[in-house]
Amino acid sequence: MRRSLKIGTAAAALIGLFALAGCTTDPGVTAPSDEPSASSGGTANEWFDQAIYDKQFAERSVIPQGPEDEVYLQHINAEMVDTSAYASPGAKKACFANASISNPWRQTGWITMNQQLKVLQDSGAISSMETRDAQDSDDTQIADIDYFIGEGNCDVFIISPNSTAAMTPAVERACATNKPVIVFDRGVETDCPVTFIHPIGGFAWGIDTAEFLIENLQKGDKVVGLRILPGVDVLEQRWAAAEKLFAEAGIEAVDYFTGADPAKIKSIISDELAKGDVKGVWMDAGDGAVAAIEAFEDAGVDYPVMTGEDEMSFLRKWKATGLTGLAPVYSNFQWRTPLLAAAMIFKGEQVPKEWVLPQNPITAEEVDRYLAENEGMPDGHYAKFGGENLPGYPQVWQQRIIP
Amino acid sequence: MNALRTLISPRGAVFLLLVILLAAIIILNPSFAEPGQFMRFIQRVAPVAIIAIGQYFVIVSGEFDLSQGSLITAQVVIAGNLVGQDDSRTVPVMVLMFVFGAVIGLVNGLITTLLRVPSFIVTVGMMLALLGGILWWTGGAATGNPADSFRNVGRGGIRDVPVIDYLPWSVLVLAAWLALAIWVTKLPLGKQMIAVGDNPTAARYAGVRTWWITTQGFMISSLSATVAGILLVGFAGVHPSVGRGYEFIAITAVVLGGVVLGGGRGWVVAAVAGAFVLESLFLLMNIIGVPSTLRDSVQGVIIIAAVAYAGVSFRTRRARPRPAASTQSSPDPGKEPAPPAAAAQSESHVLRGEGSNANQGG
Repeated sequence: MRRSLKIGTAAAALIGLFALAGCTTDPGVTAPSDEPSASSGGTANEWFDQAIYDKQFAERSVIPQGPEDEVYLQHINAEMVDTSAYASPGAKKACFANASISNPWRQTGWITMNQQLKVLQDSGAISSMETRDAQDSDDTQIADIDYFIGEGNCDVFIISPNSTAAMTPAVERACATNKPVIVFDRGVETDCPVTFIHPIGGFAWGIDTAEFLIENLQKGDKVVGLRILPGVDVLEQRWAAAEKLFAEAGIEAVDYFTGADPAKIKSIISDELAKGDVKGVWMDAGDGAVAAIEAFEDAGVDYPVMTGEDEMSFLRKWKATGLTGLAPVYSNFQWRTPLLAAAMIFKGEQVPKEWVLPQNPITAEEVDRYLAENEGMPDGHYAKFGGENLPGYPQVWQQRIIP
Repeated sequence: MNALRTLISPRGAVFLLLVILLAAIIILNPSFAEPGQFMRFIQRVAPVAIIAIGQYFVIVSGEFDLSQGSLITAQVVIAGNLVGQDDSRTVPVMVLMFVFGAVIGLVNGLITTLLRVPSFIVTVGMMLALLGGILWWTGGAATGNPADSFRNVGRGGIRDVPVIDYLPWSVLVLAAWLALAIWVTKLPLGKQMIAVGDNPTAARYAGVRTWWITTQGFMISSLSATVAGILLVGFAGVHPSVGRGYEFIAITAVVLGGVVLGGGRGWVVAAVAGAFVLESLFLLMNIIGVPSTLRDSVQGVIIIAAVAYAGVSFRTRRARPRPAASTQSSPDPGKEPAPPAAAAQSESHVLRGEGSNANQGG
């Protein structure tokens, strides 16, 4: 009797912990990071880094170099490096260590990347691509990279790191093979890769969105910040920049972690509306934006000024409601660039050492155009996916055929 | 006096906690006491409460259902993809969803009982199978929200009702589902579930078809997840993250409601109260404005404390000899410290004598 009671209590406590863990450890990162973790003090938010903030602030207004109609080949403030040492004829085998395809943003990019692969296979630049999916695990990805080094028979390593610090030694081991290494999306703490491809970054997102909200709101208005999860540097940087600007402008900002669960988002907004007026909604990723807007509808109050993301669900709801909105972008077309960079490297063409891709939000004037271009795409599709000139467009993305 | 004693008793702990939480919420934000606001709150709790009801039937018969959350996700995606913007499909798709839910429950139940695979493993496997199936089918992104007629159940309601101002459909669904659940617990089926959870061997000797009883528990659980899914399509919309983690929320709610893991004892109303406690906790955090990074910890500590309180009061009750009150209503005072109403429900007449001494299942 006593035993069963003890077991029951212990099990119950464990379940509580499980529930807790379920809330806190969600590896399904919606958006990736691009810079090493910010660590400087000085401001209230430990993720704030003035130097990176200033760099990204400036990059927002730079007109990118590169082909005008191929945004995925453009670059900002690039320092070109010579790759003639890698030049070699024939079709090459690419090995791709992917962090995961656990969220719609990564899935969309993965589809685009595979269509790009087909083009390069047809042109004879790439023979095949072997991919290992680490399913959001550092350990798995380290093993994946070591497998590629040992027995992958790879000509080029493409790595989308799961996390910054943990993946650095494995990336260095890949570099030590003297074959080209291309890192994209989240970064690593070494400059041994030939090129590191990423959009401007999290601070730029935070600056764009906060400036928009500040412009459209009054001092003292309340903004609810809906965040996916804590501890991921680029998501934290988005909020760090926005929080700083809100504070400077006298906007009252509160933030919540939602796990992108629309039920949770709706409850949070409803509670905030029960407490008082909410004039603005800020999101660090557009997932679940519709639920936030519907909370305003159901409460029978005016729509907020809102920033979401270039996800189709938000663009469609934005258009349908006519609210004052902005769709910041974490350029999904960056998934095309690594394979193209590999082809350039084997031709011995120069590539940027740090390949900063453009990252321009979708504004109210542009939303109609992006809606028309992406008609028929599912709600989880990203408008700036950049695959319009690839084979299979639009069916492959409409049906979301994941290889 | 009696009511007070019930509140302090382990089985009443969850109600006591609920009263405290609601009082705190109303003190901090009086607008919550308005009937309309309160109805909206129940609307929000309804899906969680309904899956807690489903989980109750599985846990009380000695098993777990960890596939609830992923089944909700699957049902939500089915609704989004099959209904689309076509109102005429609302009813057929709902019927299909119920059939699908029942089949999942049947499979869970039959594998657990006939193949004797632990339900923990069966339902985890089912969870992965369902999540994988959704990913394969949708490519990770749902097509979009279904027609408004489908979403109305979870999102809409009757406005301008006297006294309560706003009556969401969800509240009616929850009330109906709870009434149905209470009715089932009073049927032989409900009593046999408790008997099976308490001591499957004894139940078998008493002529209970244990495999079928357990399987029906799983089916009730899956059907509850289906109902919750239909409500969530309306409330939240279609998204692959809807339903994530709900199985643990349901289990936590059931345990908060004093239901013993391992089966054999519990009260379905208390399990629903457990769901209300969890959502009140969430609401209270929002109202206080607990820093976002701290919220999960605070929530977890309160949940553990509540369950521990129930455990401690069990022990003190057993230590205290209570000759008159308990021996009458129950053969074993340690095991059945329930208020009379609940005790009557949670006992099988057939097995009254032998059920209690072999509860080593835990």
